[in-house]
Amino acid sequence: MSNMATREAYGLALARIVKENDDVVVLDADLSPATKTCYAKEARPDRFINAGIAESNMVGMAAGMAASHMKPFASSFAMFLAGRAFEQIRNSIAYPHLNVKLCATHAGITVGEDGATHQCNEDLALMRALPGMTVLQPCDAVETREMLNYLVNYNHPCYVRMSRLGVDSIYDENYKFELGKISTIIQGKSIAFIASGIMVSEALIAIEQLNQEGIYPSLYNVHTIKPIDQDKINSIAKSYDYVMTLEEHNVIGGLFSAVVEALKIPKIIYPIGIKDTFGESGTPEALMKKYEIHYTNIIDYTKEIMGHE
Amino acid sequence: MLTQLSNQCRQDILKMINKAKAGHPGGSLSCIDILTYLYTKEIKLTKENVSSINRDRLVLSKGHAAPALYAILHNIGIIDSYETFRQINSDLQGHPNMNDTPGVDMSTGSLGQGISCAVGMAIGNKILENGHKVYALLGDGECEEGQVYEALMAASHYQLNNLIAILDYNGLQIDGAIGDVMNPAPFKDKFIAFGWTVIEINGHDFQEIKDAVQLAKTSEKPTMIIAHTVKGKGVSFMENKAGWHGKAPSDEELEKALKELQGGCNYE
Repeated sequence: MSNMATREAYGLALARIVKENDDVVVLDADLSPATKTCYAKEARPDRFINAGIAESNMVGMAAGMAASHMKPFASSFAMFLAGRAFEQIRNSIAYPHLNVKLCATHAGITVGEDGATHQCNEDLALMRALPGMTVLQPCDAVETREMLNYLVNYNHPCYVRMSRLGVDSIYDENYKFELGKISTIIQGKSIAFIASGIMVSEALIAIEQLNQEGIYPSLYNVHTIKPIDQDKINSIAKSYDYVMTLEEHNVIGGLFSAVVEALKIPKIIYPIGIKDTFGESGTPEALMKKYEIHYTNIIDYTKEIMGHE
Repeated sequence: MLTQLSNQCRQDILKMINKAKAGHPGGSLSCIDILTYLYTKEIKLTKENVSSINRDRLVLSKGHAAPALYAILHNIGIIDSYETFRQINSDLQGHPNMNDTPGVDMSTGSLGQGISCAVGMAIGNKILENGHKVYALLGDGECEEGQVYEALMAASHYQLNNLIAILDYNGLQIDGAIGDVMNPAPFKDKFIAFGWTVIEINGHDFQEIKDAVQLAKTSEKPTMIIAHTVKGKGVSFMENKAGWHGKAPSDEELEKALKELQGGCNYE
């Protein structure tokens, strides 16, 4: 099982895409070795625009390039892209519905040692609230690559949320990305885990251990946070006694909110996520434990809600 | 010819804002001569090329001057009527939206953002090697937004000699004189320091506007034309009054203003 961060897979995919597509332009704000757009820069220096440490202007330039019928992919950390440049994204990209791919890396608390200023747990809430914005979060390297391949010819504004941390591969090489469709990873019974991003692999570890205790959760991957797969959410809600959402984001405004909003029937949804608080410095694992999104927390919470001691 | 056309646009701006009972007359009247020149002599917008990017384009970074843009678009035959400006279900929004109105090349309204979009469009034109210019019209108060300077820096860094920005330097913003509210001057030194060619003109003199644009086209750098203008230009009781930034004229005020404009007094 290979281990790769989604940002790394993004950089590799983008380098190939920019080489093969003359109309693709890559923008970054002085973080290319971290966001991994440095590979695209190496592949097509004439299609790489460094905005410097000026994210608001980067977003505006990307909008202008889209208005010139280019296909811009703009990257920075989630904090500085969705956060700092929010109003520019809203008014210069979302409102005119321009074809800009906002590819944010270093989302969530697993940014780690840099601390709370760099750990964005609010970006899904911000991006989801923008009319016409497609919001995506891949769970592994293969899905990131397939998502990127799909996005080249998807002419709508889009936010892609990626992580710093390496994750084990979930999908094999034959995986096909289907926008807006929840992907079933494990078919179990009585409890469903609805997860996104790095929480998919975290859930897998939890499931292995829960299986040994006679609990067999299903695992669903929500790579498309918006538009959410409403039919599937409701069929999951009907089919299981317990439904849990798992996200590396504030429980306000992220996956939990999206799932609850999609329900057409009354159902209690149990959230694993950041409980409306800021992060801090620490190793990713220590932070995941402290902020209760680690696989051990998933195991404990599952047993608690199912009444297993 | 241009004088007559911009005079007609001035009347349309005031009628539009009066009808809507809302809008920004002061900054529309200060920039209409510039827009009149650009749309008729440089961009040469027609019904045939309006939806193409294979032409010069303009970003109205000071998007609140939408009435000026709609007035010139109306007078060159791109939009039929401005009756619905700022009303429900209208294709003429309070601030310009490129998906609603033909001839609007970028959605603007939130200050400081349009100039960044213009920089991106100019980079796009460079990549496409289409030789077309991008014009951006900035407000002076708008230059209090930090994003403007991010954009200026990028334009000179990427040597965008296909970008021509015009500063509508009318000296007033909502809360008063720009020098009293938050002084962005001196402009010329700032723009030169950011690596731009700078030309200063009277923004109501068509010959000076024309000469400046022709000179800008020969520059190796992006060019900023500092156009000294009068807020509310052409209507005596609106001129140099910050209070007319975002206020609609009453029916009586409209009548008085139209009489002045039709009489050609105070403005030749």
